[in-house]
Amino acid sequence: MTSLLDVSDLRVTYSGSAGDVPAVRGVDLALDPGDTLGVAGESGSGKSTVALALLRLLPASAKVTGRILLEGEDVLQMKWGRLRAVRWVGASVVFQGAMHSLNPVKRIGDQIAEPLLIHELVGPARVDARVSELLEQVGLPASRRRDYPHQLSGGQRQRVMIAMALACEPRLIIADEATTALDVMIQAQILALLGRLVRETGIGMLMISHDLSVLAATCDRVAVMYSGRIVEHGPAREVVHEPAHPYASALSAAFPKIGDPGSRLAPRGLPGDPPDPADPPSGCVFRPRCAVAETVCATVDPPLWPVRPDRDGHADRYAACVHVGTGPGSLGHAGAASGSGGMSGPGGASDESGTANTEETSR
Amino acid sequence: MNSPTGPAPAAPAAPPDPALSSRALARRRRREALVGFAREYARNRAGLLGLGLLLAIGLLAVTAPLFIDQTHLTITGAPGESHEPPSWQFPLGTDNFGRSILDLVIWGARVSLTVGLLATFVSVTLGTLVGVTAGHFGSSGGVGGRIVSTVLMRVTDWFLVLPTLVLAVALAAVLPRGTGTIIIAIGLTVWPPTARLVRAQTLAVEARPFVERARALGGGHAHVMGWHVLPNVMPVVLAQTTLLVATSIIAESTLAFLGMGDPTTISWGGILEAARTAGAISAGIWWYIVPPGLAIAVVALSFTLCGRAVESVINPRLKGQS
Repeated sequence: MTSLLDVSDLRVTYSGSAGDVPAVRGVDLALDPGDTLGVAGESGSGKSTVALALLRLLPASAKVTGRILLEGEDVLQMKWGRLRAVRWVGASVVFQGAMHSLNPVKRIGDQIAEPLLIHELVGPARVDARVSELLEQVGLPASRRRDYPHQLSGGQRQRVMIAMALACEPRLIIADEATTALDVMIQAQILALLGRLVRETGIGMLMISHDLSVLAATCDRVAVMYSGRIVEHGPAREVVHEPAHPYASALSAAFPKIGDPGSRLAPRGLPGDPPDPADPPSGCVFRPRCAVAETVCATVDPPLWPVRPDRDGHADRYAACVHVGTGPGSLGHAGAASGSGGMSGPGGASDESGTANTEETSR
Repeated sequence: MNSPTGPAPAAPAAPPDPALSSRALARRRRREALVGFAREYARNRAGLLGLGLLLAIGLLAVTAPLFIDQTHLTITGAPGESHEPPSWQFPLGTDNFGRSILDLVIWGARVSLTVGLLATFVSVTLGTLVGVTAGHFGSSGGVGGRIVSTVLMRVTDWFLVLPTLVLAVALAAVLPRGTGTIIIAIGLTVWPPTARLVRAQTLAVEARPFVERARALGGGHAHVMGWHVLPNVMPVVLAQTTLLVATSIIAESTLAFLGMGDPTTISWGGILEAARTAGAISAGIWWYIVPPGLAIAVVALSFTLCGRAVESVINPRLKGQS
């Protein structure tokens, strides 16, 4: 079975007056139908660039290389006409900030009908019925179709954006910070809605957010990006609760845990700024901010290694850090094995989250 | 200025009546938006004055054939003596052929208003087309698009640096004489500022996320320009239109005064030119020169006042200023 989305070695370079700036440096992603994958990372980590690259929505100054297979077809090789046809029918996007993603002078019904009319999927006579159907599907009364965007609340607008994303029955939905601007209650509603739609329709969803807790709640798997690269990748629960990569653990620890006085008394931020993508540090790009950096980190840029592999070397989790590596150039089997051994206890594992890596360094 | 209903309170005060069909509801909402616009406009006293003057002048121009005998406007059928000063029979005196100046000025409004409105239409259409196209391709067209945009804007700049009057005179001289020629000559010369304005506004609209969304949905250039950009630049275009009418009327009068107009039609500029050739200035025949000059000034001022009022209604930043 061909997977819905198969991205390999995706690289995006913005060329500007200051020279070439690599924003995405070799990203591999795969997504099956009905699957949800979360991509996390701080601002500037390249997560939105990845999302936009999937439909070739980046400005002309961006150079994209690699391979993006959408249902077996390479998006980067498509002709302009084919690309336009694939946009929204093959994959649609729920954009960041629904306030601004709706045209203020058009009725929302007309805007939901926009992709239907562009792609001529339904006859003009059926458009009205389809728009009503879509509005009902996202929990808005069909009568709201005659409203202008300013007459809706933020959550309602985001629902409209989701209805629009569903209009052409795409196989893949890319949610780019879809809930970021919403308050927590609305965020929970929208996430529940998205989760329900994925379950009911079997579409794949790629969810991009800086908020790990959002991704943990909605996604099956999570990839953590740092400076244009995936540094950890695995089942959502494990990546969030017992991260293997020091950056992922810092990201995870940045969210205080309710009911845990320890996390309140010892807030864990991450000092420093993300590296300048035009002039990255040598070796591991996370080294300058890493609490557990070793001398070897200055020379080795670790690829994704399996975390806790089984006997055949297979694992469902990968991290790009010398501390979890098992291959050449890493700190070797011993450190990784004992480190992961310490984390593998099923009970109490989440209590140790964020501290596992500190323990590893002490050895 | 992007709110479609202007500053009107958008939500209907009455609870939505389920028996009301959606179309009736839409009509009511549109009516409310219009009422809101009118109320906001009415707060601008200068705008009301301009609108009132324009309506009066327009009514006079349209109904002129009902109370002016057209034979009295010909040189052979002139009712009075040459250069009669104002009297009860001729409230504004007569010209050198004995025609009533009041009748001439009222009749002249027909040509001046027609030319002013049509020339404005031509130039606003041209300027909007050029501006939206240049703005759209300049911001999102790749290398080819940027070339199109640059070429369009350089052509605009070329028209912008040419003295408008000289170009219009040259055009009017080359083309066959007539009102149509004047309209085209003005329309082809006053569009560049509109193009620049619309291009700037287009760039601002194109930077907004819903345009990116439209491209992501598979919308092409025509769709983005026609469906998303144009409705959002319309407020600017409308304000520019009302201001341009004044410019066009003055341009028409100038061309007619310089003898570029159609000598067989009566226009305000034409009356002024006739007054100059008749030596009205040196002879002190003020009633020949002042009325058409005042008429031009009043109409141009009225359109400007209306334009400013519309602008202040649709531009929230100007609100509260007089």
